[in-house]
Amino acid sequence: MRHFISIADLRREEALEVLATAEHMAQTQSRAIRKLPTLVGTTVVNLFFEDSTRTRISFEAAAKRLSADVINFSAKGSSISKGESLKDTALTLQAMGADAVVVRSGSSGAAHLLAHAGWIDQPIVNAGDGAHEHPTQAMLDAFTMRRHLRPGDPHAGLDGLHVVIVGDVLHSRVARSNVLLLTLLGARVTLVAPPALVPVGASAWPCEISYDLDQALAAGPDAVMMLRVQHERMVGGGFFPTAGEYSRRYGLSAARAASLPEHTIIMHPGPMNRGFEIAGSVADSPRSVIVEQVASGVFVRMAVLYHLLATDAREAPRDR
Amino acid sequence: MTSTDPALERGAESSRVLGPEEIRRALTRIAHEILESDHGAEDLVLLGIPHRGVPLARRLAELIARAEGRPDGADLADLHGALDITMYRDDLRSNPTRAPSPTRIPAAGIDGRTVVLVDDVLYSGRTVRAALDALSAIGRPAAVRLAVLVDRGHRELPIRADHVGKNLPTSRSERVHVQLTETDGTDAVDIVRPARTTGEGRA
Repeated sequence: MRHFISIADLRREEALEVLATAEHMAQTQSRAIRKLPTLVGTTVVNLFFEDSTRTRISFEAAAKRLSADVINFSAKGSSISKGESLKDTALTLQAMGADAVVVRSGSSGAAHLLAHAGWIDQPIVNAGDGAHEHPTQAMLDAFTMRRHLRPGDPHAGLDGLHVVIVGDVLHSRVARSNVLLLTLLGARVTLVAPPALVPVGASAWPCEISYDLDQALAAGPDAVMMLRVQHERMVGGGFFPTAGEYSRRYGLSAARAASLPEHTIIMHPGPMNRGFEIAGSVADSPRSVIVEQVASGVFVRMAVLYHLLATDAREAPRDR
Repeated sequence: MTSTDPALERGAESSRVLGPEEIRRALTRIAHEILESDHGAEDLVLLGIPHRGVPLARRLAELIARAEGRPDGADLADLHGALDITMYRDDLRSNPTRAPSPTRIPAAGIDGRTVVLVDDVLYSGRTVRAALDALSAIGRPAAVRLAVLVDRGHRELPIRADHVGKNLPTSRSERVHVQLTETDGTDAVDIVRPARTTGEGRA
């Protein structure tokens, strides 16, 4: 792995290797001293063109637990708000000696461009690009599912599991990355959304699409993932008639959650609109693993940074 | 015994240094040395360094338990474990990425106990340095000792082993190849001499 841009680039063995490393990272984080010296002397730049709290903090925590230095570079208050191009920003980071760049952008393909345009030689990690992909989020979701639904086996895939992903699929890079990763790991995925929030071309994705949440939940899925309705991207409106109707038809209410099998876990990538796509009582219920997803995020991002930074793949004599 | 193994690099020669019986005797002696220097097994923890240190630590734990008169088949989970050092290496950037192995520490922890680190080959000493760093993140042992099956010399750090199965003078271009029943199906230690044209060896 040279970069971590897209789940579509991953082979099943690579995904499982990252998950196994993440499991190891989780183990080290229960020790008295949680900081590992692994990446000491390297610099990770968090380049965030879009607002983000948990993803940026999660990457920052992951890099710091591995002893890397972290530079946060966000669009607000930087020369990006003065109109600097992605290319000039990349050249600046290269000149400053960044060893890896974590990039979040509102434009689909920004991470790919940064990795392959020749402006910068270092590994690039995609922390979300437009409506395209958010691969580390999918990895942490798979990691969390595996811990609950395939416990005790650090090498297991998600074979035979059924996952229902509900909500604003149109604007969701999380949904796209998850469909690709979960199916790569052997799970079956059903997307549930109002017709206007299903992207054009989604019928070609390796998943089923349903417009009826109750019908999808009646199948007894192993995990239900609620997506945030991204009001800030719904310029012009018209995606669904009213908020109340959306909530009634596609929200995870306490009654709907109660209809699920006992082992089903409930997930949300955050930030949540409580009372809208998910009822507060469901988000706080024991079967909700939403807070655990945040902890998993740090382990998975540690694993990704480790795989990208702790090697340059040169053959060298092994010392003992 | 000198033979040419087709699985090795072309032209490399391999000679057997220890067979199953010699390995068994070396481990038995080390087990008794550990018991003597620590006056019993009460506060002892044997931590193997993956991969081949882990089965060696388990075997030493079994030998120590037997010497101490514990019944065969007794639970030895408090006596041995595994210590992964991948995240503490100083040569990560010059090596292909290694997937970390699990660390398993006895439930009682290592604080105030005597930890014996166990590995198959002692060479530069860098693995042991990494293991000492890894230990300090887990707790504060009363003492740390080092037991190895083979010491092949060429130390790059001020580190020595307390218990050595076999001192094996080697040249840097040679490779020490350890096989254990648990990981490789057989017990053996071989020295592999590379073909003359090959440069620096790996061990």
